[in-house]
Amino acid sequence: MIRFILSKLLYLVPTFIGITIIAFGFVRILPGDPVLLMAGERGISPERHAELSAQLGFDRPIWEQYFDFLGRLFQGDLGNSLVTKKPVLDEFLTLFPATVELGLVAILLATLIGVPVGVLAAIKRGSWFDQVSMTAALVGFSMPIFWWGLLLIIFFSGVLGWTPVSGRISLLYFFPDVTGFMLIDSLLSGQKGAFASALSHLILPSVVLATIPLAVIARQTRSAMLEVMGEDYVRSARAKGMSQARVVGVHALRNAMIPVITTIGLQIGVLMAGAILTESIFSWPGIGKWMIDSIARRDYPVVQSGLLLIAGLVMVVNLLVDLTYGLINPRIRHK
Amino acid sequence: MALLEIRNLTVRFETSAGAFTAVDAVDVSVDGREVLAIVGESGSGKSVSMLAVMGLLPDTATVTADAMIYDGRDLLAMPVAERQKLIGREITMIFQEPIASLNPSFTVGFQIEEVLRFNMGMDRKAARRRAIELFDAVGIPDPQTKLDAYPHQMSGGQCQRVMIAMAIASNPRLLIADEPTTALDVTIQKQILDLLMDLQERHGMALILITHDMGVVAETADRVIVQYKGRKMEEADVLNLFENPQHAYTRALLSALPENATGDRLSTVADFMAAEAIQ
Repeated sequence: MIRFILSKLLYLVPTFIGITIIAFGFVRILPGDPVLLMAGERGISPERHAELSAQLGFDRPIWEQYFDFLGRLFQGDLGNSLVTKKPVLDEFLTLFPATVELGLVAILLATLIGVPVGVLAAIKRGSWFDQVSMTAALVGFSMPIFWWGLLLIIFFSGVLGWTPVSGRISLLYFFPDVTGFMLIDSLLSGQKGAFASALSHLILPSVVLATIPLAVIARQTRSAMLEVMGEDYVRSARAKGMSQARVVGVHALRNAMIPVITTIGLQIGVLMAGAILTESIFSWPGIGKWMIDSIARRDYPVVQSGLLLIAGLVMVVNLLVDLTYGLINPRIRHK
Repeated sequence: MALLEIRNLTVRFETSAGAFTAVDAVDVSVDGREVLAIVGESGSGKSVSMLAVMGLLPDTATVTADAMIYDGRDLLAMPVAERQKLIGREITMIFQEPIASLNPSFTVGFQIEEVLRFNMGMDRKAARRRAIELFDAVGIPDPQTKLDAYPHQMSGGQCQRVMIAMAIASNPRLLIADEPTTALDVTIQKQILDLLMDLQERHGMALILITHDMGVVAETADRVIVQYKGRKMEEADVLNLFENPQHAYTRALLSALPENATGDRLSTVADFMAAEAIQ
């Protein structure tokens, strides 16, 4: 098992270096000059521009800037934001829990609904439930997130007035950050109604963010279950006299979950992309919105380091998924 | 009275090309402690008729029979729950592909202990002890360690031994073995057959052996049913069948054995069928 983990870790090294190049290069390919954007509408004299560029190191050759970035990265220095002057890592850590909270609730929602729906659709193949759920999944999968988010806001917040439009909690409540997770902090604060407010703010964004993963997970679970239900070992379990619930829930599902877990892991990456849109729609103060704002300001250090942190996160999650895969599939573990 | 008696069993499958009759008006009966072989080529419906007894056919299959009496009770007439109590306990089955028949995600120990716990009501510890005994009984070396192995860590022969151990775990009265040796090496085939015959004798259970191997039939069976294209062609005691085959198809099967070859070319079933013009 340890060798399995080490070999997986080794794979991460070239991937990580690749990401540093992309993260560094990507933001510099974008047209726009961060120094000019910092100066704003007042403009800036060519001398001052040159002076600032030199100060920020933008006048040096690009490869030199890259190795400088890499060097500082290995010392744990992700740089400071050009706009706020604060360390990128501090900003990231402040905003990160909001995104994690949203992402976790979304992936939980997607898994807890997607897997049972997929299983049921498979064992009731061809039934109305199968047809309706799979059509809904196809619609969900094809839905543009921003449009879907706006529709939900118009209906649930605008017409029905059930949920708030944006933010993480009502402005009426104020309490210190303990965990950074609003649901937990609001509970800890003991303030009446705080938790309900946090929850009501979370519902729409997490539904929007969960939509595509939910559709993908439901469809993947269904097809994996259909494949597994035809296997000899499922017939053996039946021949042993095991109940339908045990045949499906233990013998078939355990095997069907192998590809589904990979799918869920891959959805984490999709989720990060979705979070950028969702957070923008709902003004959710997480790293998605932070990245969008920083790209608009050409805040090079924030964009390149933020991208790196997000990519690193996705890599860690994928590693965990690989390890889970090994746990759930003994044939991989014993290779 | 026979332990299992099936009269006029018909199994039809709904396919996109229309209905297909896999088993056509077949009668099967087997006494307790008897070894019945059902022989026939692929597609003769021999497995399907036994899967029908076990209730393991897919939804696309329609099973009809005048009677399917097990130990005085009609399997088709009894409630599903009651039938399920018989399947896996009194009537068990092993299959052709032992490795594929075991769940790859669970240890073989889990899979046999499951039978003991759910069908025999044992607790974990008792199930473990009994599983070790069963593994020992089917000739798996070092049973204690092997219980923690996954199917992919065992050979085909060992997996079939595990399947057999699971099948006899609940002391069944009828064991159906569907081509139990087809996927195995010749040397292992012999060991598995010997094991099955030994267990059949010791446990005093009835054994229905589905096979296409006439050699296996000669060695093991008391009585033989020959099936072709879903129909029963002939039923006879094993000695009678080999010495005095009544039906052209049986003669065809026997003459297709390599040891009965005369001349340069091995005769095939088709040769006989053409010559005697039977369908």
